[in-house]
Amino acid sequence: MSSASFVKLVWKPLVFASGLGPLAWLVWAALTGHLSPNPLSDLTNETGTWTLRFLCITLAVTPLRRLTGWSWTIKFRRMLGLFAFFYGTLHFLTYAIFDRFAGLDFTDGFVTWGTARGFAMSVAEDIYKRPFITIGFTAFTLMVPLAVTSTAGMKRRLGGKKWQWLHRLIYVCAVLGVVHYWWLVKADVSRPQIYALVVGLLLAFRVYWSRVRAVAPARPPVRATVRS
Amino acid sequence: MLIKKASDIRSSEITDRKLYFDRRAFLRTATGAVAAGAGILAGADKLAAAGVPAPHGRKLDSVKPSKLSVDVEREKPNTWDQITTYNNYYEFGTDKEAPSMLASRLKTEPWTVVVEGECNKKGTYTFDDILKGMTLEDRIYRHRCVEAWSMIIPWVGFSLSDFIKRCEPTSKAKFMEFYTLYDSSQMPGVRMPVLRWPYIEGLRMDEAMHPLTILAVGLYGEVMPKQDGAPIRIVVPWKYGFKSAKSIVRIRFVEKQPVNSWQDQAANEYGFYSNVNPTVDHPRWSQATERRIGEFLKRRTLMFNGYADQVQGMYAGLDLKKNY
Repeated sequence: MSSASFVKLVWKPLVFASGLGPLAWLVWAALTGHLSPNPLSDLTNETGTWTLRFLCITLAVTPLRRLTGWSWTIKFRRMLGLFAFFYGTLHFLTYAIFDRFAGLDFTDGFVTWGTARGFAMSVAEDIYKRPFITIGFTAFTLMVPLAVTSTAGMKRRLGGKKWQWLHRLIYVCAVLGVVHYWWLVKADVSRPQIYALVVGLLLAFRVYWSRVRAVAPARPPVRATVRS
Repeated sequence: MLIKKASDIRSSEITDRKLYFDRRAFLRTATGAVAAGAGILAGADKLAAAGVPAPHGRKLDSVKPSKLSVDVEREKPNTWDQITTYNNYYEFGTDKEAPSMLASRLKTEPWTVVVEGECNKKGTYTFDDILKGMTLEDRIYRHRCVEAWSMIIPWVGFSLSDFIKRCEPTSKAKFMEFYTLYDSSQMPGVRMPVLRWPYIEGLRMDEAMHPLTILAVGLYGEVMPKQDGAPIRIVVPWKYGFKSAKSIVRIRFVEKQPVNSWQDQAANEYGFYSNVNPTVDHPRWSQATERRIGEFLKRRTLMFNGYADQVQGMYAGLDLKKNY
């Protein structure tokens, strides 16, 4: 088997299966009573945390590739980014259903236009009213164009440069994700701090790398420079 | 055949000479940083997990029913496992399941409570002293956490007012302070400066004397599980859960309004009164609804947690928006 098809037939399915691991674990734990007595809150929190984790993993691909020269890692970046979006979507849905939908009054029954309107209003109002929800929803919204333009066809249509600029939105998503986490905890910010540190390191690497390349002199002086 | 042009390298792509020679050191540092980042994430983060239910304790004798309990036909008490694995007891960590896994280290016998301040009967009371002459009652109360979840909890205890009378507070006693045990050898969570330790809560004298306010020593007819504040705690059912201080070692009668721990931590979010109030939101989230543990649909939060008839008289004329 050629190395390209090995990646395609063996490694990619393996990474894909691993990416679904957290979801499988959550579903299993929820069904078998391995979550806390407030499983709905656990599901919301865990899908949120996995969104942040996948954002960090995705952002780690380029530094890892630069530092180790493992160019093959790039082949997994899109899938990892899409997993971040996948868990972000689950996170938004769990919040919308367990927190917003479950909090409706259902004055005229479950399956009615009133319920649908109330649900939409409740989500919109919360996004508008609560800063940490506003931030989280913004981060999620910014991931949508990235997921949509993740295909090879879209990359070609946009052109590499434009595509790259667009996909730098992931930096914003990661930062907003950390802020969202920080603002929702009650007093113990130790975990948000960890994510702030990791995202900070991953972004600092990029700043460092681009500066290193930007400030380099035209040519390393081989001999004494000519005086003018 | 394609031959690459020689001078295709832009100046910006050429690496600084010094950096070039330092590249190995840089690689080591940066690889180390990435590995450290991954390590930090893996080590300090965690997955949600179920806690460990408390072992069943000694059965308490001659516990009487109470008219102040909720109607259990309409509101079913939460289970032993729910009440003993989902706890906010920061002295044992900030995760809900942490107290259930770590509170076994708490040594509840012998236990003493120091009574001091504006009262005639100051001194150190043993746990048995405090219980002497008290009639234990089942007090099945609503418990509403400030985080917008709630439970029905069958406490066992007696009215705090009965104990207060024994302490003979003077006319200068306007408020009471309750101190939770602060001992890092038993409580690993206090090593984190999440709150200023020891944990302090306070009540106005009339709130402390209210018949609903109890000193609780048991749960489901058994001695209090450690993660729920053994061996003795207060329960003030019309206030957010954090007002009900656990594992009390010191009670003070004071003249000035106390600064309770959560107010000290974030005064704009947690006040002295902290009465359950669906019309006054937490600055960051709504208090209008709550999730009763074990239910899918959320419930409307009730004024004073459903105890308005009994307690609202104490707050007549008080602006509850300002005095949250």
